[in-house]
Amino acid sequence: MTDMQSQGDLSYVRQEILKAAPPPMRVHGVWPWMRTNLFGSFGDTILSIVGALIALWVIVPLLQWTLINATWSGDREACAANTAGACWAFVKANFGQFIYGRYPDPERWRVNLFLVLMAAGIIPLAIPSAPFKGWNLVYIYVVFPVVAGILLVGGVFGLQLVETQVWGGLFLTLVVSYVGMAMSLPLGILLALGRRSKMPAVHYVCLFFIELCRGVPLITVLFMAGVLLPLFLPTGVNFDKLLRALLGLSLFAAAYMAEVIRGGLQAIPKGQFEGAKSLGLGYWQMMRLIVLPQAITIVIPGIVNTFIGLFKDTSLVYIISIFELLYTVRNSFSDPTWASSTTPASGLVFAAAVFWIFCFGMSRYSKFTEDRLRVGYKR
Amino acid sequence: MTLPDVATDQTIDTSKLKVSDEVAVDMIGVNKWYADFHVLKDIDLRVQKGERIVIAGPSGSGKSTMIRCINALEEHQKGKIIVDGIELTNDLKKVDEVRKEVGMVFQHFNLFPHLTILENCTLGPIWVRKMPKAQAEEIAMQYLEKVKIPEQAKKYPGQLSGGQQQRVAIARSLCMSPHIMLFDEPTSALDPEMVKEVLEVMINLAESGMTMLCVTHEMGFARQVANRVIFMDQGQIIEQNEPEEFFLHPRHERTKLFLSQILH
Repeated sequence: MTDMQSQGDLSYVRQEILKAAPPPMRVHGVWPWMRTNLFGSFGDTILSIVGALIALWVIVPLLQWTLINATWSGDREACAANTAGACWAFVKANFGQFIYGRYPDPERWRVNLFLVLMAAGIIPLAIPSAPFKGWNLVYIYVVFPVVAGILLVGGVFGLQLVETQVWGGLFLTLVVSYVGMAMSLPLGILLALGRRSKMPAVHYVCLFFIELCRGVPLITVLFMAGVLLPLFLPTGVNFDKLLRALLGLSLFAAAYMAEVIRGGLQAIPKGQFEGAKSLGLGYWQMMRLIVLPQAITIVIPGIVNTFIGLFKDTSLVYIISIFELLYTVRNSFSDPTWASSTTPASGLVFAAAVFWIFCFGMSRYSKFTEDRLRVGYKR
Repeated sequence: MTLPDVATDQTIDTSKLKVSDEVAVDMIGVNKWYADFHVLKDIDLRVQKGERIVIAGPSGSGKSTMIRCINALEEHQKGKIIVDGIELTNDLKKVDEVRKEVGMVFQHFNLFPHLTILENCTLGPIWVRKMPKAQAEEIAMQYLEKVKIPEQAKKYPGQLSGGQQQRVAIARSLCMSPHIMLFDEPTSALDPEMVKEVLEVMINLAESGMTMLCVTHEMGFARQVANRVIFMDQGQIIEQNEPEEFFLHPRHERTKLFLSQILH
């Protein structure tokens, strides 16, 4: 007690200011970790062992089926003979069809170019430090859709016309997802702002639209877009079935997106609006510069969640005979040259894996963005 | 009754504090209701250019609501408000015009957390005044120097102390070169140690000839800077006077009670 001068019971004066000390060392290593987390008590040990057994019971057969016992090459005979494992030879043989659908073979380079152009728009947008974000958005919303439309449909510039009926596979899934995501975000923002508007007409129109879309199943919307809409259009007016499905899906997704964005808008304190107004910013300036950047940052997990849901929901367009990835895969089961007992399961596992890779990628990207923004400006 | 202690030990050059004959803000018979609750009752207030008015009163007396009507953050339902020659009506263009000329500082700063200090300051000039970015930044740096924090320009609001944030908020308003400044309890959310640094900046601003309306409980600031103190209660202006008379010889019973509670 050298730095303390005792002058009665209540009086105390510090003479020296202590230096900041490092925190106490934590115990690192595998064994200490396992002891605390897995075998902390008798009950924990039992639970750990049971958990491990369940994992083995699931994982071992799965590995055997997908890898060890699988048929990697050969034809239908090889697959039919081996019922203990997956038939990857079937997936390999039909791989082109799973990616391109019935897009004509000699024209597949157009799909490849489309995929490259799409990546060229999305990758720089996803990298925070990449420059020219404004131009990137122009590319995403204007340049790329126009170029992609011309490239894929053709019929001009010497490109052979490829009807959308023969589009299919993963590439069509990506087309539908891209349009759905690219349309739903801005539409969702407008709907969310509209629902919060003080103008009664705008408010009720947006409210009605959002609640209508959220109140019906997506299949209904697609069915109406695919089958019923043409009945109501005047004769002679007919637009592409794929286009109608894209429109229906985008509007549907926009309603969900609107509610996600509205959640973010509600989290912005009133003071932010007042601060912006007091500087003389107009409504749209205030929203674009102050409110939306903060609101969207808050709801990134929700936005990505909606995107993931949308990506998987694209598989429902099969209801109006649009051959997205899953429907293409299922359609190939009826191919007599490959019919065997393991073929359907192999095809479905392949499709599931493809969906999973994309969704997991989006999920990880969302996590990355959250972490980045958290260190950004909030201490 | 006694005079409050002065808020800072700054000496104020009173020769710079001039009140002109021109009218800056004119409120005539202003009434406002929140649903059925009558918040402002027949407010008549004429502010000349160069005036420094401190508005005091118990909480819920309508003092914040009154100054927030001046830049239309609150709508009034009856009466007339004319700011800088522009009458506030439902016309949104008029509202925007008034807001360009009237700066406001809030109790909770209301800085934009996703923008740096410098960007907070240049936002208004760039988007509202359509000023080139380089010029806006130059002006912003001048004002950040005036409020004594130019070195924080690249930081985000969350990295600053409360007093620093409030000084940035003042600089942000000044970057719009307003004719009138409104302060809504600018020091109420600050730690005691930081109140002074904000008041000093406000005193410097008064010396520059700015028309100021300030809702505050800092009676020392009122004594030093104000040319008029207004006391409000229950949505009405109860008493107004020059500071010395106001503190030494309050006339209304409510004023006497209020002052006896906050001055010792």
